[in-house]
Amino acid sequence: MTTLLLADSGKALVDGLDVVRDYKEIRKRVGYMPGRFSLYQDLTVEENLSFFATVFGTTIEENYHLIKDIYQQIEPFKKRRAGKLSGGMKQKLALSCALIHKPTVLFLDEPTTGVDPVSRKEFWEMLKRLKQQGITILVSTPYMDEASLCDRIAFIQEGKILTIDPPEKIIADFPHKVFAVEADNNYEILKQLRQSENVRSVFSFGDSLHVVFKDISKMENEQINAQLKEIKPTIEDCFMALTDN
Amino acid sequence: MENEQHRINKDTPILNSQFSTVNSESSIIKVENLTKSFGNFIAVDAISFEVSKGEIFGFLGANGAGKTTAMRMLCGLSKPTSGRGMVAGFDIEKQSEQVKKNIGYMSQKFALYDDLKVWENLRLFGGIYGMKSHEIEDKTNIILHDLGFENERNTMVKSLPLGWKQKLAFSVSIFHEPKIVFLDEPTGGVDPAARRQFWELIYEAAENGITVFVTTHYMDEAEYCDRVSIMVDGKIAALDTPKNLKAKFNAASMDEVFQQIARKAIRIDN
Repeated sequence: MTTLLLADSGKALVDGLDVVRDYKEIRKRVGYMPGRFSLYQDLTVEENLSFFATVFGTTIEENYHLIKDIYQQIEPFKKRRAGKLSGGMKQKLALSCALIHKPTVLFLDEPTTGVDPVSRKEFWEMLKRLKQQGITILVSTPYMDEASLCDRIAFIQEGKILTIDPPEKIIADFPHKVFAVEADNNYEILKQLRQSENVRSVFSFGDSLHVVFKDISKMENEQINAQLKEIKPTIEDCFMALTDN
Repeated sequence: MENEQHRINKDTPILNSQFSTVNSESSIIKVENLTKSFGNFIAVDAISFEVSKGEIFGFLGANGAGKTTAMRMLCGLSKPTSGRGMVAGFDIEKQSEQVKKNIGYMSQKFALYDDLKVWENLRLFGGIYGMKSHEIEDKTNIILHDLGFENERNTMVKSLPLGWKQKLAFSVSIFHEPKIVFLDEPTGGVDPAARRQFWELIYEAAENGITVFVTTHYMDEAEYCDRVSIMVDGKIAALDTPKNLKAKFNAASMDEVFQQIARKAIRIDN
């Protein structure tokens, strides 16, 4: 989609343009932040940013408003070489560089992997503001709490898209009732429930277990020393069910 | 270059009683005022805590809070500027080689050789820890069986999916049956299903008596720990069971606890 790899077959349009025929035009219009940090390590923060601006025929000043929120946080370090930045700062610089030419579509490949919960929250607040400015964002993430913040989610596994829908729809379509168990010995209960014939799936979810039964009418038969409470499934429940084979 | 008082027998564990605080028969990690400075920057600022044998201890903190630096000191990879620590019965400053032999370590950046096969990685790490060939062979078979990796024995590590690599890396880190294993963000970038499988390995190791010291940015994983500490600006801002922390901070989840504590950070992530 970012025109860096040729497809064997099939067709794709990005911002109305063909990824093969119009690749040069697409590259001008999209922003791409790869999973691995790929800016110039031995250029400074400022040099990286102005390099990307120049390549796209613009200047930092022209689109400063787009990156202001993000770039301000690393501006005190603008003379520092990119290779010497911490993970969180590299991420902010990479996003600034991907935005400096005012792309119509932004591709982010696992932008928050290895990022702490506070910074992740800030990062997603930033994405929300970019969306309000009319930028389309395609983001990959292993965090299901982030997935539930998206307008639509595609679950992909082994090269195939399993489902593609808004989070509320994915949750509404979940075909089973989910029950939560909260106990002090969750791991013991997990192992016990896994042996049970009537348990379709059981997974740890933070301080509780989420259980799906094959036959709800028989769930009372489980000899567990804890309360079962029906809960609304989360996106992570849906992901686990889709990939649990 | 060692001075007199540093000249102690490097192979004899130092008794815990040599430390000022007592009550440590069962603690496998004991740290007092551990500090690491780089120039004017105090990365780790006089932290003190203990970890019990067989415990799963979550070591949390924002990026740049000092977790990795602290962990490197505990593993004998970096010398403290001041303060002291005992790991697996050995002094992390004066007996760092003994510490290294008695622990396992899985780093966030590097864990396995990509261009070696699965069995070659196990062979290499077993050899480094001085295991005998037949021991390595037996253990390799057991591990590949337990992981369901028998068909991957001759696969190059680089062609394994990330979730598999992490599981293999964990098995490598406890291959020599250490008393304690340090895991630095072992599940970074791993999907929800693979993360759960990884945590089953952690539970299993803990049931086998291996103490697990783990950092993570996934707050659902914090709930799986017996106790967690949260580092802010080089200091330990909170340390307790997840249950007690949630009660204390009046929070529904560890994520809320973390947000409350870590937002107080002054230090800019650098």
